[in-house]
Amino acid sequence: MNIIVCVKQVPDTTVVKIDPVKGTLIREGVPSIMNPDDKGGLELALRLKDQFGAHVTVISMGPPQADVMLREALAMGADRAILLSDRKFAGADTLATSYALSGLCRVLDYDLIIAGRQAIDGDTAQVGPELAEHLDLPQITYVADAKLLENGNLQVDKENEDGVQVLEVEGKCLLTVLASAFDARYMSVSGIMEAYDKEVEVWSADKIDVEEGKLGLAGSPTKVFKSFPKAMKAPGEVHEVTPEEAVELIVNQLKVKHII
Amino acid sequence: MDKKDYKNVFVFAEQREGVIQSVALELLGKARDLADALGEKVVAMLLGEGIKDQAQMLIEFGADEVIVVDAPELKDFLSEQYSQAVGQIIIDRKPSIVLYGATTIGRDLAPRIASRLKTGLTADCTKLDIEPDKDGEPEFRMTRPAFGGNLMATIICPNNRPQMSTVRPGVMQKIQRQPGREGIVTEFAPKFDASKFKVKLVKTIKADKQVADIAEAKILVSGGRGVHDKEGFDKLQALADVLGGQVASSRAMVDNGVMPHEVQVGQTGKTVRPNLYMACGISGAIQHLAGMEESDYIIAINKDKFAPIFSVADLGIVGDLHKIVPMLTERIKKELEG
Ligand SMILES: Cc1cc2nc3c(=O)[nH]c(=O)nc-3n(C[C@H](O)[C@H](O)[C@H](O)COP(=O)(O)OP(=O)(O)OC[C@H]3O[C@@H](n4cnc5c(N)ncnc54)[C@H](O)[C@@H]3O)c2cc1C
Ligand SMILES: Cc1cc2nc3c(=O)[nH]c(=O)nc-3n(C[C@H](O)[C@H](O)[C@H](O)COP(=O)(O)OP(=O)(O)OC[C@H]3O[C@@H](n4cnc5c(N)ncnc54)[C@H](O)[C@@H]3O)c2cc1C
Repeated sequence: MNIIVCVKQVPDTTVVKIDPVKGTLIREGVPSIMNPDDKGGLELALRLKDQFGAHVTVISMGPPQADVMLREALAMGADRAILLSDRKFAGADTLATSYALSGLCRVLDYDLIIAGRQAIDGDTAQVGPELAEHLDLPQITYVADAKLLENGNLQVDKENEDGVQVLEVEGKCLLTVLASAFDARYMSVSGIMEAYDKEVEVWSADKIDVEEGKLGLAGSPTKVFKSFPKAMKAPGEVHEVTPEEAVELIVNQLKVKHII
Repeated sequence: MDKKDYKNVFVFAEQREGVIQSVALELLGKARDLADALGEKVVAMLLGEGIKDQAQMLIEFGADEVIVVDAPELKDFLSEQYSQAVGQIIIDRKPSIVLYGATTIGRDLAPRIASRLKTGLTADCTKLDIEPDKDGEPEFRMTRPAFGGNLMATIICPNNRPQMSTVRPGVMQKIQRQPGREGIVTEFAPKFDASKFKVKLVKTIKADKQVADIAEAKILVSGGRGVHDKEGFDKLQALADVLGGQVASSRAMVDNGVMPHEVQVGQTGKTVRPNLYMACGISGAIQHLAGMEESDYIIAINKDKFAPIFSVADLGIVGDLHKIVPMLTERIKKELEG
């Protein structure tokens, strides 16, 4: 079985801060990490590899620095890593990003493609389903569990708001995986050693099966018109008082608001 | 593609087991504003099996027309079946705007359609407006949080049609239901290509729905790590009971198993906007604020006067919730008894 796993390098948004004066994101000192859902996806691929034997290729589109993350994936147990890196991809929205990834998938052999549900920076959760459609593959999103059946089909648990759908899919498909579903393994010492002998292949746009006009900014129907830090509403009053006084303050306000 | 050929604001009217979801009505409310600003119509797409008699309700909540697709293939939500039907409606009817709920269904379906029709899609919007562009033409602007809620971005889709977005549940307002409101119901029969139906539903396992939906509550008493344990939440429950409200939780208390995920407020939980949100022992992490800061009135009780929750609270109390909450409960009980 050949598995492709899509991984994205992202800033750790839990430590991102906003510059209170300029109102912009402070990215300095913010570590870059493998997107958490993608790590869950890689873990699923590696479990299938452990159980049934599989060849796992991790792919990423991004700047040359993403090399570090792909080495981490190799150290965890992936067999091959390809980084799509080219100026022509710059400014891509999700349609153009998924289109570029589809061009890479088309020149690789695969039985299964795994993506993360959502990247924690762009936060759209759109690249997986858009990629599946470009490749004319069935998709299952919000995957909480997946196992290979004897008939060669995959049985997949899809999580939704009111429970779980158990689905069975025949043939090639694309899954988008939740980080919380698969606790990812750590890199092993031997894995780290081996990873440094393996090569992260860096590919440019002309190695993949795409029309250039559909890449990057030119191929992106959406544009960011503006971005701004979240407006904080003016804070209300904060009182350091005794419990008795606190109760008094709260009860008064609840009356003013007609809640009691 | 000529943009002028594309008209009307379409809403994907999500239903589950034949029940129209609240988010569909919220979208109709917003679609009504947008369509009025553009001088266009609101059209709902209602897909399922045996759902036709629900169309009138969508009209009463603001739709001018309801396109009904009634087919056994659409009984349960499956990506390909729904994508074929919605895709064909859009190709046939050429809407200018299509809105979907940002639910596990909408966020599965909408990107599939965007990629099929090669158009833009904006994710998880919290604000939608029509504003004049530089030539004075009306432009659809979609605003959404990104970077874990740290940044807001306004997205446009200038050259492709339809312009599509998924919209976060609980954010837009429904209009007051207008019983007897008139509209058109149209039936649409898609041509299904069953050779592409590769995913089968084996079974559905429902989560226990013991807990009432916190997104519907008018009053929420919400607890975080400062509540400590189940006994702490009993104190919050007693307060919620006298106020006629419900108890909610931060993720910290869900992750440690004290509270069920259904009552989690925040980015990976629910978005709520009750009349009163009482945050007890919640620090106010950005992912939590994302789910509650639109509440009408926020009271925070926290023993740390620097807790970020105070930046969104209308009334902040620095103190020990374990003392204040039981006293408050007793006091309100007395008030209500007169
Ligand atoms: C503030 C802001 C807002 C934006 N809003 C939108 C918007 O509403 N609509 C839109 O179309 N674009 C939007 N974009 C552009 C979008 O963020 C980029 O196209 C980004 O490359 C992919 O989107 P994502 O990060 O949301 O990924 P997601 O769709 O959330 O990613 C899902 C999965 O796809 C895979 N994946 C995603 N990107 C890559 C990659 N580069 N390499 C390998 N695998 C990958 C991963 O497995 C990932 O887990 C926005 C950009 C910014 C800066
Ligand atoms: C991707 C991602 C998604 C997330 N999604 C969510 C989400 O949906 N919802 C969510 O809530 N979080 C979410 N989080 C987690 C979030 O970052 C915080 O970790 C979490 O909200 C903290 O919960 P807390 O405020 O209960 O706990 P803490 O941050 O530990 O705060 C406890 C507070 O209680 C106060 N306190 C302690 N004792 C008392 C007392 N006796 N009286 C009064 N006050 C007291 C303390 O001063 C402190 O401020 C997410 C995180 C990530 C990375």
